[in-house]
Amino acid sequence: MDKVTDKQKREDSLNGVGCSRKRKEDARFIQGKGNYTDDIKMPGMLFADMVRSPYAHARIISINKEKALALPGVHAVITAADLKPLNLHWMPTLAGDVQAVLADEKVHFQYQEVALVVADDRYIAADAIDLVEIEYEELPVLIDPHKAMTDEAPILREDLVGKMEGAHSTRKHNNHIFNWQAGEKESTDRVFDSADVTVSQDMVYHRVHPCPLETCGCVASMDKINGKLTVYLTSQAPHVVRTVVSMLSGIPESNVRIVSPDIGGGFGNKVGIYPGYVASIVASIVLGVPVKWVEDRMENISTTAFARDYHMRGELAADSNGIIKGLRVNVLADHGAFDSCADPSKFPAGFMHICTGSYDIPVAHLNVDGVYTNKAPGGVSYRCSFRVTEAVYVIERTIDVLAQKLGIDKAEIRRRNFVKKEQFPYKTCLGFELDSGDYHTALEKVLDAVDYKGLRREQEEKRAKGELMGIGLVTFTEVVGAGPSKSCDILGVGMFDSAEIRIHPTGSAMARMGTITQGQGHQTTYAQIIASELGISSDEISIEEGDTDTAPYGLGTYGSRSTPVGGAATAVAARKIKAKAKKIAAHLLEVSEDDLEWEVDRFKVKGVPGQEKTMKDIAWAAYNNVPDGMEPGLEAVDYYDPPNFTFPFGAYLCVVDIDKHTGVTDIRRFYALDDCGTRINPMIIEGQIHGGLTEGYAVAMGQEMPFDEQGNLLGNTLMDYFLPTFVETPKWETDYTVTPSPHHPIGAKGVAESPHVGSIPTFTSAVVDAFAHLDVTHMDMPHNAFRVWKQVKALGLLD
Amino acid sequence: MAKQAVSFTLNGKAVDVLVEPRELLIHTLRENLNHTGAHIGCETSHCGVCTVDVDGQSVKSCTLLTVQAAGSDVKSVEGLASADGLHVIQQAFVDEHGLQCGFCTPGMLMRAYRFLQENPDPSDEEIRWGMSGNLCRCTGYQNIIEAVKTAAKNLQQA
Repeated sequence: MDKVTDKQKREDSLNGVGCSRKRKEDARFIQGKGNYTDDIKMPGMLFADMVRSPYAHARIISINKEKALALPGVHAVITAADLKPLNLHWMPTLAGDVQAVLADEKVHFQYQEVALVVADDRYIAADAIDLVEIEYEELPVLIDPHKAMTDEAPILREDLVGKMEGAHSTRKHNNHIFNWQAGEKESTDRVFDSADVTVSQDMVYHRVHPCPLETCGCVASMDKINGKLTVYLTSQAPHVVRTVVSMLSGIPESNVRIVSPDIGGGFGNKVGIYPGYVASIVASIVLGVPVKWVEDRMENISTTAFARDYHMRGELAADSNGIIKGLRVNVLADHGAFDSCADPSKFPAGFMHICTGSYDIPVAHLNVDGVYTNKAPGGVSYRCSFRVTEAVYVIERTIDVLAQKLGIDKAEIRRRNFVKKEQFPYKTCLGFELDSGDYHTALEKVLDAVDYKGLRREQEEKRAKGELMGIGLVTFTEVVGAGPSKSCDILGVGMFDSAEIRIHPTGSAMARMGTITQGQGHQTTYAQIIASELGISSDEISIEEGDTDTAPYGLGTYGSRSTPVGGAATAVAARKIKAKAKKIAAHLLEVSEDDLEWEVDRFKVKGVPGQEKTMKDIAWAAYNNVPDGMEPGLEAVDYYDPPNFTFPFGAYLCVVDIDKHTGVTDIRRFYALDDCGTRINPMIIEGQIHGGLTEGYAVAMGQEMPFDEQGNLLGNTLMDYFLPTFVETPKWETDYTVTPSPHHPIGAKGVAESPHVGSIPTFTSAVVDAFAHLDVTHMDMPHNAFRVWKQVKALGLLD
Repeated sequence: MAKQAVSFTLNGKAVDVLVEPRELLIHTLRENLNHTGAHIGCETSHCGVCTVDVDGQSVKSCTLLTVQAAGSDVKSVEGLASADGLHVIQQAFVDEHGLQCGFCTPGMLMRAYRFLQENPDPSDEEIRWGMSGNLCRCTGYQNIIEAVKTAAKNLQQA
């Protein structure tokens, strides 16, 4: 009995996988000792500010720097003409296109970068940007993506005229970027031609921005004596930045050091490589001193990394019982003026082909056309894995439309079409192999928890009284953890990730990863994984990320890939250490390895009580008493190339009450059940879910980036762009099931993006449901009061 | 631009700075006095990551000229902990997982510090309104509300 208690005690003291231990990173943040990019100060450092275009499409006639250069404290004004001799005026994008670093002869979107001013401090730099005189000749503007490929459309990219072979396909028009398809068109069309029932729904997934509270920025420092370039920058992928900077600048990669310090939220905004970074690096190289550039909020929302802007049509073919026979999805994707979408190279529409969702759909066809418009480039995954948000939205919306047409309850139609538990691993008709899932259990648990039937009864009563109450339901499947390098790469680098673990002689450990935390709590959760694998308390394990001079190469943190890929590398590296530790233990105990068994934090000789060596004993021995022929030390590195993606899923339900006189939607209840496989730290998981749901609420209910016909962005400050406050953010209820991933070393799947991906269609489903009895099948986001009120008015409900 | 000498108290210590009349307090704190706990997140006074306490009021330090702070008593997140250890509010944010990326946290803590003096026993609804000038993109606020409640309870017991 005592033994069990002792074992349990030792287990608990590890603070390993499954426990809600407090975060190791909090101490510095609560005491104002975080170290974010704008906190970094270097001797002699200058400040840069960007001159930006007021026009969405215009020719640059002239640039006069004289007045700006004459201002005391101004050191340089850099334009495309200065970058041209270095061949740095354009840069490659992650999507196989090129992007102007500083506008070369033409501006293609409002707020495009035209000149970089470098000055003693940020006040002088801000004064100086107003003194740079630029003469423009306005050109016709293209804003509506539906008009991009018409005969009348202005030509946006003069650099691409005549180049009809794009990075992903032949281009049909000079404003066409790519066509990408998945599935089988002909057999899908045949299913639609002969189906009992078909539905078709157009929907706009509007343009939004991730808007983390910390904007993008960098401090570039060229040490000319040693030839070493160091750049501190807000990057979710510092190693990729190092490779790109080396390729662009010609500086050997060994002499480029990229450091992502603390990052004030990423959400996809900090994946890209932006003109401000490149121009600041050039400025530091030219001036020989460190140069800091930090965006303000308007620059952030206007220029770095929009998300979505998918104009979609979802179509389902089914039999009269609602059993789905086929899916068609057509997308027109507005990519802005340069294709700088952040997707794995072979997937110009990301993982949009996960649009078959949680359902057993025999045949499908997906068609995506990307077009240029006079808007900022971007197309990042805003808290999402490469267009999965769009994919989940289109299938979840369209299945609701089908349910409505057939008069089948939206829970019931999902039940009838789910991939069943026994069908996993399940190959979707668009090419993914769903590794695991139990959709029915998740759905039933949610329906029971909220008394779904009771809610429907209440809704009937309210409808009879003329009140608007809606119930939204979504059962989503995500694809995260990009990804297997046979299909996933960024600029040719496979999307593996890495971990390097060292056990010190006294038994504590430090580890470095190729990922980079932005609030997800990696310093805590990676330590928990190692703790459980190696029997070392997570309190004694320090985690470092983000410095390319010390961390092993990795592809970074986005698309919920840290736990599925970096976490897997961590577990595998730990197991390599454990294998060596076992050899050392056998040597110390003078037995064969086969005689040993592992228990929490030690190897024990089977059947011989007291004959054991703890991990601490073994660590010490690794540095002074190893078996003959074994090298000393106890460390390992693993570059983990995942065999498959992971597929977190969930069932979300939302209840709304709409005030028909004001159009205000009250979120009465939101119940979110997530299955992310093995749960490493439930406290952190819950925090991630709260955050993701809140960002989903923001997108669905208020965020938008509207443009006028001249291409002016209407709403690029926090006065207009909706970030929910304490007041309007709903109270979230969370729940979970656990279906471990069969191929991940510890069964974990990733979680941070599920709540964003899953909640957005849930809000739409709820708002539309409030009007469903009036034959409304879809309403486009954002569901702000004015738009909802217009729906009320169009239905004549105000009389 | 001619600079002005400005004196004020920062976390209990007298400080003297030489600043342009147009300089904002947030820049003086961060650039001049190396107190980088308070951050900058917008230019429209919406986000609250620059919140400090000035003469017993929560102030967004991006909206105050440094010259306006002359003679004031300024408290920033760096002054929250004491020789005895963390402030009750700081500990509550750790215990309730009231922070993720940490960028809003210094402003959030300073607002909570003042709010709980204005209202020592707040309801959830009062916390939501009382803290609404500070934005967070990571937590969805739910755990921050728990942290403020926990801090309120522990402050009353102290």
